[in-house]
Amino acid sequence: MYGKGLRGLSIATVLTLVGAFALVFFYAPTDADQGVIQKIFYVHVPMAIVALCGFVFAAAMAIQHLRTGERRYDLRAYVAIHLSLILGIGTLISGSIWAKASWGHWWVWDEPTLVSFLIVVLLYACYQPLRFAIEDPEKQARYASVFAITAGAFVPLNFLAVRLAQAYTHPRVLGTTGGSMPGSMRLTFLVSVVGMALLFATLWKYELASKHTAQQLRALRARLTGDAAAPTVRSGQPALPAESTV
Amino acid sequence: MALFAVAHAGRYVAAAYLVFLALVLIYVAIMASKLGRIERELGELVELSRRSSATPADAHTREGQPVA
Repeated sequence: MYGKGLRGLSIATVLTLVGAFALVFFYAPTDADQGVIQKIFYVHVPMAIVALCGFVFAAAMAIQHLRTGERRYDLRAYVAIHLSLILGIGTLISGSIWAKASWGHWWVWDEPTLVSFLIVVLLYACYQPLRFAIEDPEKQARYASVFAITAGAFVPLNFLAVRLAQAYTHPRVLGTTGGSMPGSMRLTFLVSVVGMALLFATLWKYELASKHTAQQLRALRARLTGDAAAPTVRSGQPALPAESTV
Repeated sequence: MALFAVAHAGRYVAAAYLVFLALVLIYVAIMASKLGRIERELGELVELSRRSSATPADAHTREGQPVA
């Protein structure tokens, strides 16, 4: 069951995120170059990292789905992409705010990091419409998995392409130049990343539990009313077998 | 002047963190509405199962009643 361990995970998430924000505002030193604006780094970068990892995780789940044919992996990939997309949008908005404060522009089109991240987000924005465009649940799950794998493979490729690009305005965090953070900043950043990853895991399990319960309820309704033909899910959502305990 | 610059930058920092908070809160609100829907559906199903289990018993009682 997806609800198992959710309580402990939720408490760990709240504690880690509160701790991370406390470190950001009371422990981490103010950046000598950017000043207070640099504090955006501790929410913007963890969101971006977790979003990209979420896309790759969804691709791994999609591979599992195609390999085993079990629908629960399709549901897992679906929820992971959904959450990563939300974090991706958060990254774009917080990045824009940082860009405005730091560079004086909301968006810089000739910066490979920004544009490539936008492309990744727009690519995944097509995932839901793709699902809703296919009626047959089997076909829908299979095509969605192929999409998730293809797009997931694009994420690390995109990361490498940005590393190889020459012109930078956007700072590199996990590269050779960005690796010189002071210890206090590094600790704050790592706690923020862990907090964001825990938030992702909590919401992922929460949404899976919700979707699974809703599907089981619809299956139960169909059984009680004798309407076996009634759909157990909305047309774009992954369906699970009625007896599935996942 | 320096104080003004910090206050000005602070607005951007607050805005970025508020974006994160807003996204989480919107997500939780959507999930809460879904939970409400699940609760409503569950209530309907409980009522449905109660009615379907009560119907044969009612019929039995009616059958057992003396016919005038």
